[in-house]
Amino acid sequence: MARALDAARSLVRRDLLLALRRKSDVGTALLFFVIVASLFPLGVGAEPNLLHAIGPGVIWVAALLSSMLSLSRLFADDHADGTLEQMLLGAAPLGVVVAAKAAAHWLVSGLPLVLIAPLLAIQYDLSASLIAVLTLSLLLGTPVLSMIGAIGAALTLGLRGGGVLLALLVLPLYVPVLVMGAGSVDMAAAGLGAQSQLLLLAAMLIVSLAFAPWAIAAALRISIE
Amino acid sequence: MSARPMRWFWFSSPHTFFPLAGSIARICALAAAVLCVAGLYVGLFVAPTDAQQGEAYRIIFIHVPAAWMSMFLYVVMAFWAAMGLAFNTRLSGMMASALAPTGALFTFIALWTGSLWGKPTWGTWWVWDARLTSELILLFLYFGFMALKAAIEEPRRADRASGVLALVGVVNVPIIYYSVKWWNTLHQGASVSFTKAPSMAATMLVGMLLMALAFWMYSIAVALTRVRCMIREEER
Repeated sequence: MARALDAARSLVRRDLLLALRRKSDVGTALLFFVIVASLFPLGVGAEPNLLHAIGPGVIWVAALLSSMLSLSRLFADDHADGTLEQMLLGAAPLGVVVAAKAAAHWLVSGLPLVLIAPLLAIQYDLSASLIAVLTLSLLLGTPVLSMIGAIGAALTLGLRGGGVLLALLVLPLYVPVLVMGAGSVDMAAAGLGAQSQLLLLAAMLIVSLAFAPWAIAAALRISIE
Repeated sequence: MSARPMRWFWFSSPHTFFPLAGSIARICALAAAVLCVAGLYVGLFVAPTDAQQGEAYRIIFIHVPAAWMSMFLYVVMAFWAAMGLAFNTRLSGMMASALAPTGALFTFIALWTGSLWGKPTWGTWWVWDARLTSELILLFLYFGFMALKAAIEEPRRADRASGVLALVGVVNVPIIYYSVKWWNTLHQGASVSFTKAPSMAATMLVGMLLMALAFWMYSIAVALTRVRCMIREEER
Protein backbone atom coordinates (compact mmCIF):
# COMPACT_ATOMS: atom_id res chain seq x y z
CA MET A 1 0.00 0.00 0.00
CA ALA A 2 2.68 2.49 1.04
CA ARG A 3 4.75 1.43 -1.96
CA ALA A 4 1.85 2.11 -4.30
CA LEU A 5 1.33 5.56 -2.80
CA ASP A 6 5.04 6.27 -3.16
CA ALA A 7 4.86 5.29 -6.81
CA ALA A 8 1.83 7.52 -7.34
CA ARG A 9 3.54 10.46 -5.65
CA SER A 10 6.73 10.16 -7.66
CA LEU A 11 4.72 9.73 -10.88
CA VAL A 12 2.75 12.91 -10.22
CA ARG A 13 5.99 14.74 -9.45
CA ARG A 14 7.59 13.44 -12.64
CA ASP A 15 4.63 14.47 -14.81
CA LEU A 16 4.53 17.91 -13.24
CA LEU A 17 8.25 18.29 -13.82
CA LEU A 18 7.82 17.30 -17.46
CA ALA A 19 4.99 19.80 -17.83
CA LEU A 20 7.13 22.48 -16.21
CA ARG A 21 9.88 21.86 -18.74
CA ARG A 22 7.39 22.37 -21.55
CA LYS A 23 5.41 25.32 -20.34
CA SER A 24 4.07 26.20 -23.77
CA ASP A 25 1.82 23.11 -23.86
CA VAL A 26 0.05 24.15 -20.70
CA GLY A 27 -0.12 27.75 -21.84
CA THR A 28 -1.68 26.85 -25.20
CA ALA A 29 -4.61 24.99 -23.68
CA LEU A 30 -5.19 27.82 -21.21
CA LEU A 31 -5.06 30.41 -23.97
CA PHE A 32 -7.53 28.36 -25.98
CA PHE A 33 -9.91 28.43 -23.02
CA VAL A 34 -9.66 32.22 -22.73
CA ILE A 35 -10.04 32.81 -26.46
CA VAL A 36 -13.09 30.55 -26.88
CA ALA A 37 -14.82 32.19 -23.94
CA SER A 38 -13.99 35.64 -25.33
CA LEU A 39 -15.31 34.84 -28.81
CA PHE A 40 -18.88 34.24 -27.69
CA PRO A 41 -19.78 37.86 -26.87
CA LEU A 42 -18.44 38.78 -30.33
CA GLY A 43 -20.73 36.19 -31.86
CA VAL A 44 -23.95 36.70 -29.92
CA GLY A 45 -23.68 40.37 -28.98
CA ALA A 46 -22.67 42.13 -25.79
CA GLU A 47 -26.14 42.63 -24.33
CA PRO A 48 -25.59 42.27 -20.53
CA ASN A 49 -28.69 40.17 -19.82
CA LEU A 50 -27.79 37.77 -22.60
CA LEU A 51 -24.23 37.49 -21.31
CA HIS A 52 -25.52 36.78 -17.79
CA ALA A 53 -27.65 33.99 -19.19
CA ILE A 54 -25.03 32.29 -21.36
CA GLY A 55 -21.90 33.07 -19.33
CA PRO A 56 -21.76 29.98 -17.09
CA GLY A 57 -22.59 27.63 -19.97
CA VAL A 58 -20.03 29.19 -22.28
CA ILE A 59 -17.28 29.03 -19.68
CA TRP A 60 -18.13 25.40 -18.93
CA VAL A 61 -18.18 24.37 -22.60
CA ALA A 62 -14.88 26.17 -23.15
CA ALA A 63 -13.46 24.27 -20.16
CA LEU A 64 -14.64 20.93 -21.62
CA LEU A 65 -13.01 21.63 -24.97
CA SER A 66 -9.83 22.97 -23.47
CA SER A 67 -9.29 20.06 -21.07
CA MET A 68 -9.87 17.73 -24.03
CA LEU A 69 -7.11 19.36 -26.07
CA SER A 70 -4.31 18.03 -23.93
CA LEU A 71 -5.86 14.55 -23.49
CA SER A 72 -4.36 13.00 -26.60
CA ARG A 73 -0.89 13.65 -25.17
CA LEU A 74 -1.74 12.10 -21.81
CA PHE A 75 -0.25 8.71 -22.66
CA ALA A 76 1.21 9.37 -26.12
CA ASP A 77 4.63 10.67 -25.06
CA ASP A 78 5.18 7.90 -22.54
CA HIS A 79 4.04 5.39 -25.15
CA ALA A 80 6.46 6.78 -27.74
CA ASP A 81 9.56 6.50 -25.53
CA GLY A 82 8.61 3.17 -23.95
CA THR A 83 8.03 4.48 -20.43
CA LEU A 84 4.44 3.33 -20.52
CA GLU A 85 5.45 -0.29 -21.09
CA GLN A 86 7.74 -0.11 -18.09
CA MET A 87 4.85 1.24 -16.03
CA LEU A 88 2.70 -1.67 -17.14
CA LEU A 89 5.43 -4.13 -16.18
CA GLY A 90 6.29 -2.36 -12.93
CA ALA A 91 5.37 -3.50 -9.43
CA ALA A 92 2.95 -0.65 -8.74
CA PRO A 93 -0.67 -1.55 -9.53
CA LEU A 94 -1.69 -0.13 -12.88
CA GLY A 95 -4.85 1.40 -11.45
CA VAL A 96 -2.76 3.55 -9.10
CA VAL A 97 -0.38 4.48 -11.91
CA VAL A 98 -3.12 5.67 -14.25
CA ALA A 99 -4.93 7.48 -11.43
CA ALA A 100 -1.70 9.35 -10.76
CA LYS A 101 -1.35 10.17 -14.46
CA ALA A 102 -4.90 11.50 -14.56
CA ALA A 103 -4.31 13.49 -11.38
CA ALA A 104 -1.22 15.06 -12.92
CA HIS A 105 -3.23 15.85 -16.04
CA TRP A 106 -5.78 17.64 -13.90
CA LEU A 107 -3.11 19.60 -12.03
CA VAL A 108 -1.60 20.71 -15.32
CA SER A 109 -4.68 21.34 -17.45
CA GLY A 110 -7.69 21.46 -15.11
CA LEU A 111 -6.53 23.49 -12.14
CA PRO A 112 -5.29 26.46 -14.26
CA LEU A 113 -8.76 26.61 -15.85
CA VAL A 114 -10.36 26.76 -12.42
CA LEU A 115 -8.01 29.55 -11.38
CA ILE A 116 -8.54 31.68 -14.46
CA ALA A 117 -12.30 31.12 -14.74
CA PRO A 118 -13.19 33.95 -12.26
CA LEU A 119 -11.47 36.38 -14.60
CA LEU A 120 -13.62 35.21 -17.52
CA ALA A 121 -16.70 35.33 -15.31
CA ILE A 122 -16.01 39.01 -14.71
CA GLN A 123 -16.02 39.51 -18.49
CA TYR A 124 -19.52 38.10 -18.44
CA ASP A 125 -20.42 40.40 -15.56
CA LEU A 126 -21.40 37.62 -13.14
CA SER A 127 -21.88 38.65 -9.52
CA ALA A 128 -19.31 37.70 -6.88
CA SER A 129 -21.47 34.96 -5.34
CA LEU A 130 -22.07 33.40 -8.77
CA ILE A 131 -18.36 33.52 -9.53
CA ALA A 132 -17.74 31.59 -6.32
CA VAL A 133 -20.28 28.94 -7.33
CA LEU A 134 -18.82 28.72 -10.84
CA THR A 135 -15.30 28.28 -9.50
CA LEU A 136 -16.41 25.64 -7.03
CA SER A 137 -18.32 23.75 -9.71
CA LEU A 138 -15.26 23.81 -11.97
CA LEU A 139 -13.10 22.66 -9.09
CA LEU A 140 -15.37 19.65 -8.56
CA GLY A 141 -16.09 18.98 -12.24
CA THR A 142 -12.74 19.28 -14.02
CA PRO A 143 -11.19 16.25 -12.24
CA VAL A 144 -14.12 14.17 -13.54
CA LEU A 145 -13.29 15.40 -17.04
CA SER A 146 -9.68 14.26 -16.59
CA MET A 147 -10.76 10.81 -15.34
CA ILE A 148 -13.31 10.19 -18.12
CA GLY A 149 -10.99 11.71 -20.70
CA ALA A 150 -8.17 9.40 -19.66
CA ILE A 151 -10.37 6.41 -20.59
CA GLY A 152 -10.77 7.83 -24.07
CA ALA A 153 -7.07 8.67 -24.30
CA ALA A 154 -6.14 5.11 -23.35
CA LEU A 155 -8.57 3.62 -25.89
CA THR A 156 -7.35 5.78 -28.77
CA LEU A 157 -3.65 5.46 -27.94
CA GLY A 158 -1.58 5.26 -31.09
CA LEU A 159 -4.47 5.41 -33.54
CA ARG A 160 -4.56 7.43 -36.72
CA GLY A 161 -6.65 10.56 -36.31
CA GLY A 162 -6.79 9.88 -32.58
CA GLY A 163 -7.56 13.46 -31.62
CA VAL A 164 -10.87 13.79 -33.47
CA LEU A 165 -11.89 10.27 -32.52
CA LEU A 166 -11.12 11.07 -28.89
CA ALA A 167 -13.51 14.04 -29.05
CA LEU A 168 -16.23 11.85 -30.52
CA LEU A 169 -15.82 9.25 -27.76
CA VAL A 170 -15.42 11.56 -24.80
CA LEU A 171 -17.71 14.54 -25.40
CA PRO A 172 -21.03 12.62 -25.06
CA LEU A 173 -19.76 11.21 -21.78
CA TYR A 174 -19.04 14.74 -20.53
CA VAL A 175 -22.71 15.71 -20.78
CA PRO A 176 -23.69 15.04 -17.12
CA VAL A 177 -20.75 17.09 -15.83
CA LEU A 178 -21.63 19.98 -18.13
CA VAL A 179 -25.29 19.85 -17.14
CA MET A 180 -24.57 19.81 -13.42
CA GLY A 181 -21.71 22.31 -13.61
CA ALA A 182 -23.47 24.99 -15.62
CA GLY A 183 -26.75 24.11 -13.89
CA SER A 184 -25.31 24.86 -10.45
CA VAL A 185 -24.61 28.47 -11.47
CA ASP A 186 -28.06 28.80 -13.05
CA MET A 187 -29.68 27.49 -9.87
CA ALA A 188 -27.72 29.97 -7.77
CA ALA A 189 -28.67 32.79 -10.18
CA ALA A 190 -32.33 31.81 -9.88
CA GLY A 191 -32.04 32.03 -6.09
CA LEU A 192 -32.64 28.32 -5.58
CA GLY A 193 -29.26 27.49 -4.12
CA ALA A 194 -26.60 25.49 -5.92
CA GLN A 195 -26.07 22.93 -3.20
CA SER A 196 -27.89 20.00 -4.80
CA GLN A 197 -26.03 20.34 -8.11
CA LEU A 198 -22.68 20.76 -6.39
CA LEU A 199 -23.32 17.69 -4.25
CA LEU A 200 -24.15 15.70 -7.37
CA LEU A 201 -20.93 16.93 -8.99
CA ALA A 202 -19.06 15.78 -5.90
CA ALA A 203 -20.79 12.41 -6.17
CA MET A 204 -19.72 12.10 -9.81
CA LEU A 205 -16.18 12.97 -8.76
CA ILE A 206 -16.13 10.22 -6.13
CA VAL A 207 -17.66 7.63 -8.46
CA SER A 208 -15.26 8.49 -11.26
CA LEU A 209 -12.28 8.38 -8.89
CA ALA A 210 -13.36 4.93 -7.76
CA PHE A 211 -14.20 3.33 -11.10
CA ALA A 212 -12.42 5.20 -13.89
CA PRO A 213 -8.90 3.89 -12.98
CA TRP A 214 -10.13 0.33 -13.66
CA ALA A 215 -11.45 1.29 -17.06
CA ILE A 216 -8.30 3.29 -17.89
CA ALA A 217 -6.06 0.38 -16.85
CA ALA A 218 -8.11 -2.13 -18.87
CA ALA A 219 -8.05 0.14 -21.90
CA LEU A 220 -4.29 0.65 -21.63
CA ARG A 221 -3.64 -3.10 -21.42
CA ILE A 222 -5.73 -3.57 -24.55
CA SER A 223 -4.00 -0.77 -26.42
CA ILE A 224 -0.48 -1.97 -25.67
CA GLU A 225 -0.23 -5.77 -25.66
CA MET B 1 -15.49 -33.63 -14.08
CA SER B 2 -19.20 -34.21 -14.16
CA ALA B 3 -20.56 -37.09 -16.18
CA ARG B 4 -22.31 -34.83 -18.65
CA PRO B 5 -20.12 -31.80 -19.39
CA MET B 6 -22.07 -28.62 -19.97
CA ARG B 7 -21.30 -27.30 -23.38
CA TRP B 8 -21.93 -23.62 -22.72
CA PHE B 9 -19.39 -22.57 -25.26
CA TRP B 10 -20.37 -24.97 -28.03
CA PHE B 11 -21.82 -22.22 -30.19
CA SER B 12 -19.23 -19.63 -29.24
CA SER B 13 -16.96 -20.88 -31.99
CA PRO B 14 -17.58 -19.10 -35.29
CA HIS B 15 -17.50 -22.46 -37.12
CA THR B 16 -20.39 -24.01 -35.22
CA PHE B 17 -22.26 -20.72 -34.97
CA PHE B 18 -22.24 -19.95 -38.68
CA PRO B 19 -24.95 -22.42 -39.79
CA LEU B 20 -27.02 -21.85 -36.63
CA ALA B 21 -26.95 -18.08 -37.23
CA GLY B 22 -28.08 -18.68 -40.77
CA SER B 23 -31.16 -20.64 -39.84
CA ILE B 24 -32.10 -18.34 -36.94
CA ALA B 25 -31.69 -15.31 -39.23
CA ARG B 26 -33.97 -16.87 -41.85
CA ILE B 27 -36.72 -17.63 -39.32
CA CYS B 28 -36.46 -14.18 -37.74
CA ALA B 29 -36.49 -12.39 -41.08
CA LEU B 30 -39.68 -14.23 -42.00
CA ALA B 31 -41.23 -13.48 -38.61
CA ALA B 32 -40.22 -9.82 -38.93
CA ALA B 33 -41.93 -9.52 -42.32
CA VAL B 34 -45.15 -11.17 -41.11
CA LEU B 35 -45.27 -9.19 -37.85
CA CYS B 36 -44.50 -5.95 -39.65
CA VAL B 37 -47.36 -6.44 -42.11
CA ALA B 38 -49.73 -7.36 -39.27
CA GLY B 39 -48.58 -4.47 -37.09
CA LEU B 40 -48.87 -1.92 -39.89
CA TYR B 41 -52.32 -3.23 -40.79
CA VAL B 42 -53.52 -2.88 -37.19
CA GLY B 43 -51.81 0.49 -36.84
CA LEU B 44 -52.94 2.08 -40.09
CA PHE B 45 -56.38 0.55 -40.66
CA VAL B 46 -57.79 -0.97 -37.47
CA ALA B 47 -56.69 1.44 -34.73
CA PRO B 48 -59.12 4.35 -34.27
CA THR B 49 -58.24 7.95 -35.03
CA ASP B 50 -56.94 9.77 -31.99
CA ALA B 51 -59.38 12.33 -30.60
CA GLN B 52 -56.73 14.98 -29.97
CA GLN B 53 -53.99 14.32 -32.46
CA GLY B 54 -55.95 13.12 -35.48
CA GLU B 55 -54.18 10.81 -37.92
CA ALA B 56 -50.72 12.22 -37.17
CA TYR B 57 -50.39 10.04 -34.11
CA ARG B 58 -50.03 6.90 -36.28
CA ILE B 59 -46.30 7.54 -36.59
CA ILE B 60 -45.98 6.19 -33.04
CA PHE B 61 -46.34 2.66 -34.43
CA ILE B 62 -42.87 3.18 -35.85
CA HIS B 63 -41.58 5.72 -33.37
CA VAL B 64 -42.16 4.04 -30.02
CA PRO B 65 -40.87 0.56 -30.99
CA ALA B 66 -37.82 2.17 -32.60
CA ALA B 67 -37.10 4.14 -29.43
CA TRP B 68 -37.48 1.00 -27.30
CA MET B 69 -35.16 -0.97 -29.55
CA SER B 70 -32.57 1.82 -29.68
CA MET B 71 -32.10 1.68 -25.92
CA PHE B 72 -32.49 -2.07 -25.58
CA LEU B 73 -29.93 -2.80 -28.31
CA TYR B 74 -27.34 -0.66 -26.53
CA VAL B 75 -27.74 -2.79 -23.42
CA VAL B 76 -27.55 -6.01 -25.47
CA MET B 77 -24.45 -4.66 -27.19
CA ALA B 78 -22.85 -3.88 -23.83
CA PHE B 79 -23.79 -7.39 -22.64
CA TRP B 80 -21.94 -8.99 -25.56
CA ALA B 81 -19.04 -6.62 -25.04
CA ALA B 82 -18.83 -7.72 -21.39
CA MET B 83 -19.00 -11.39 -22.46
CA GLY B 84 -16.20 -10.78 -24.92
CA LEU B 85 -14.00 -9.14 -22.29
CA ALA B 86 -14.78 -11.75 -19.63
CA PHE B 87 -14.48 -14.96 -21.66
CA ASN B 88 -12.29 -13.68 -24.47
CA THR B 89 -14.61 -15.23 -27.05
CA ARG B 90 -14.18 -13.98 -30.57
CA LEU B 91 -17.87 -14.25 -31.39
CA SER B 92 -19.00 -11.91 -28.60
CA GLY B 93 -17.10 -8.99 -30.06
CA MET B 94 -18.60 -9.75 -33.44
CA MET B 95 -22.09 -9.77 -31.94
CA ALA B 96 -21.48 -6.41 -30.25
CA SER B 97 -20.20 -4.76 -33.39
CA ALA B 98 -22.95 -6.34 -35.50
CA LEU B 99 -25.61 -4.82 -33.23
CA ALA B 100 -24.19 -1.29 -33.27
CA PRO B 101 -25.32 -0.19 -36.78
CA THR B 102 -28.83 -1.53 -36.17
CA GLY B 103 -29.00 0.27 -32.84
CA ALA B 104 -27.81 3.50 -34.42
CA LEU B 105 -30.38 3.05 -37.20
CA PHE B 106 -33.23 2.67 -34.71
CA THR B 107 -31.98 5.67 -32.74
CA PHE B 108 -31.98 7.72 -35.90
CA ILE B 109 -35.46 6.47 -36.87
CA ALA B 110 -36.74 7.33 -33.40
CA LEU B 111 -35.38 10.87 -33.69
CA TRP B 112 -36.60 11.32 -37.23
CA THR B 113 -40.13 10.03 -36.70
CA GLY B 114 -40.22 11.96 -33.43
CA SER B 115 -39.67 15.21 -35.24
CA LEU B 116 -42.20 14.22 -37.92
CA TRP B 117 -44.69 13.73 -35.11
CA GLY B 118 -43.63 16.90 -33.31
CA LYS B 119 -44.22 19.24 -36.23
CA PRO B 120 -48.02 18.81 -36.50
CA THR B 121 -48.54 18.10 -32.79
CA TRP B 122 -46.26 20.57 -31.03
CA GLY B 123 -45.70 22.89 -33.97
CA THR B 124 -41.92 22.40 -33.95
CA TRP B 125 -39.47 19.88 -35.37
CA TRP B 126 -37.32 19.74 -32.29
CA VAL B 127 -37.59 20.57 -28.61
CA TRP B 128 -34.87 20.09 -26.05
CA ASP B 129 -36.95 17.58 -24.15
CA ALA B 130 -35.12 15.17 -21.87
CA ARG B 131 -36.06 12.14 -23.93
CA LEU B 132 -35.12 13.71 -27.26
CA THR B 133 -31.84 15.01 -25.93
CA SER B 134 -30.77 11.77 -24.33
CA GLU B 135 -31.76 9.88 -27.48
CA LEU B 136 -29.51 12.23 -29.45
CA ILE B 137 -26.64 11.57 -27.07
CA LEU B 138 -27.32 7.84 -27.39
CA LEU B 139 -26.87 8.25 -31.14
CA PHE B 140 -23.50 9.91 -30.49
CA LEU B 141 -22.52 7.00 -28.23
CA TYR B 142 -23.35 4.52 -31.02
CA PHE B 143 -21.32 6.59 -33.48
CA GLY B 144 -18.40 6.70 -31.04
CA PHE B 145 -18.50 2.90 -30.67
CA MET B 146 -18.53 2.36 -34.43
CA ALA B 147 -15.84 4.99 -35.04
CA LEU B 148 -13.50 3.42 -32.49
CA LYS B 149 -14.14 -0.01 -33.93
CA ALA B 150 -13.42 1.25 -37.44
CA ALA B 151 -10.26 3.13 -36.43
CA ILE B 152 -8.44 0.07 -35.07
CA GLU B 153 -7.16 -2.27 -37.70
CA GLU B 154 -6.33 -5.29 -35.59
CA PRO B 155 -9.70 -7.04 -35.01
CA ARG B 156 -8.97 -8.41 -31.52
CA ARG B 157 -7.88 -5.05 -30.19
CA ALA B 158 -10.82 -3.35 -31.96
CA ASP B 159 -13.30 -5.72 -30.29
CA ARG B 160 -11.88 -5.33 -26.82
CA ALA B 161 -11.32 -1.56 -26.98
CA SER B 162 -14.83 -0.90 -28.26
CA GLY B 163 -16.07 -3.35 -25.63
CA VAL B 164 -14.59 -1.23 -22.85
CA LEU B 165 -16.19 1.83 -24.45
CA ALA B 166 -19.59 0.12 -24.61
CA LEU B 167 -19.37 -0.77 -20.90
CA VAL B 168 -18.38 2.78 -19.96
CA GLY B 169 -21.26 3.99 -22.09
CA VAL B 170 -23.85 1.70 -20.55
CA VAL B 171 -22.89 2.89 -17.07
CA ASN B 172 -23.27 6.46 -18.27
CA VAL B 173 -26.58 6.16 -20.11
CA PRO B 174 -28.79 6.38 -16.98
CA ILE B 175 -26.63 9.19 -15.55
CA ILE B 176 -26.96 11.09 -18.82
CA TYR B 177 -30.70 10.50 -18.89
CA TYR B 178 -31.30 11.79 -15.38
CA SER B 179 -28.95 14.75 -15.71
CA VAL B 180 -30.63 15.79 -18.95
CA LYS B 181 -34.03 15.35 -17.34
CA TRP B 182 -32.99 17.64 -14.53
CA TRP B 183 -31.49 20.14 -16.90
CA ASN B 184 -34.75 20.08 -18.81
CA THR B 185 -36.92 20.87 -15.81
CA LEU B 186 -34.54 23.68 -14.93
CA HIS B 187 -34.46 25.29 -18.34
CA GLN B 188 -37.63 24.54 -20.16
CA GLY B 189 -40.85 26.41 -19.63
CA ALA B 190 -44.22 24.68 -19.83
CA SER B 191 -44.61 25.51 -23.51
CA VAL B 192 -45.03 21.89 -24.46
CA SER B 193 -47.06 19.44 -22.50
CA PHE B 194 -45.95 15.84 -22.58
CA THR B 195 -49.03 14.36 -21.01
CA LYS B 196 -50.29 11.85 -23.50
CA ALA B 197 -53.91 10.93 -24.05
CA PRO B 198 -55.15 9.43 -20.76
CA SER B 199 -55.49 5.85 -21.91
CA MET B 200 -54.66 4.02 -25.07
CA ALA B 201 -57.17 2.06 -27.11
CA ALA B 202 -56.47 -1.66 -26.96
CA THR B 203 -55.95 -1.89 -30.72
CA MET B 204 -53.31 0.85 -30.55
CA LEU B 205 -51.42 -1.11 -27.92
CA VAL B 206 -51.69 -4.30 -29.98
CA GLY B 207 -50.37 -2.51 -33.05
CA MET B 208 -47.47 -1.08 -31.11
CA LEU B 209 -46.54 -4.43 -29.54
CA LEU B 210 -46.71 -6.15 -32.94
CA MET B 211 -44.38 -3.54 -34.40
CA ALA B 212 -42.03 -3.86 -31.43
CA LEU B 213 -41.85 -7.63 -31.99
CA ALA B 214 -41.30 -7.06 -35.70
CA PHE B 215 -38.40 -4.69 -34.99
CA TRP B 216 -37.01 -7.19 -32.52
CA MET B 217 -37.05 -9.99 -35.08
CA TYR B 218 -35.58 -7.65 -37.69
CA SER B 219 -32.71 -6.73 -35.34
CA ILE B 220 -31.89 -10.39 -34.68
CA ALA B 221 -32.02 -11.27 -38.36
CA VAL B 222 -29.87 -8.35 -39.47
CA ALA B 223 -27.34 -8.70 -36.65
CA LEU B 224 -26.88 -12.42 -37.26
CA THR B 225 -26.52 -11.90 -40.99
CA ARG B 226 -23.90 -9.26 -40.27
CA VAL B 227 -22.08 -11.69 -37.97
CA ARG B 228 -22.11 -14.27 -40.76
CA CYS B 229 -20.55 -11.74 -43.10
CA MET B 230 -17.86 -10.98 -40.52
CA ILE B 231 -17.08 -14.68 -40.08
CA ARG B 232 -16.87 -15.11 -43.85
CA GLU B 233 -14.57 -12.12 -44.14
CA GLU B 234 -12.28 -13.42 -41.44
CA GLU B 235 -12.08 -16.98 -42.76
CA ARG B 236 -11.25 -15.81 -46.22
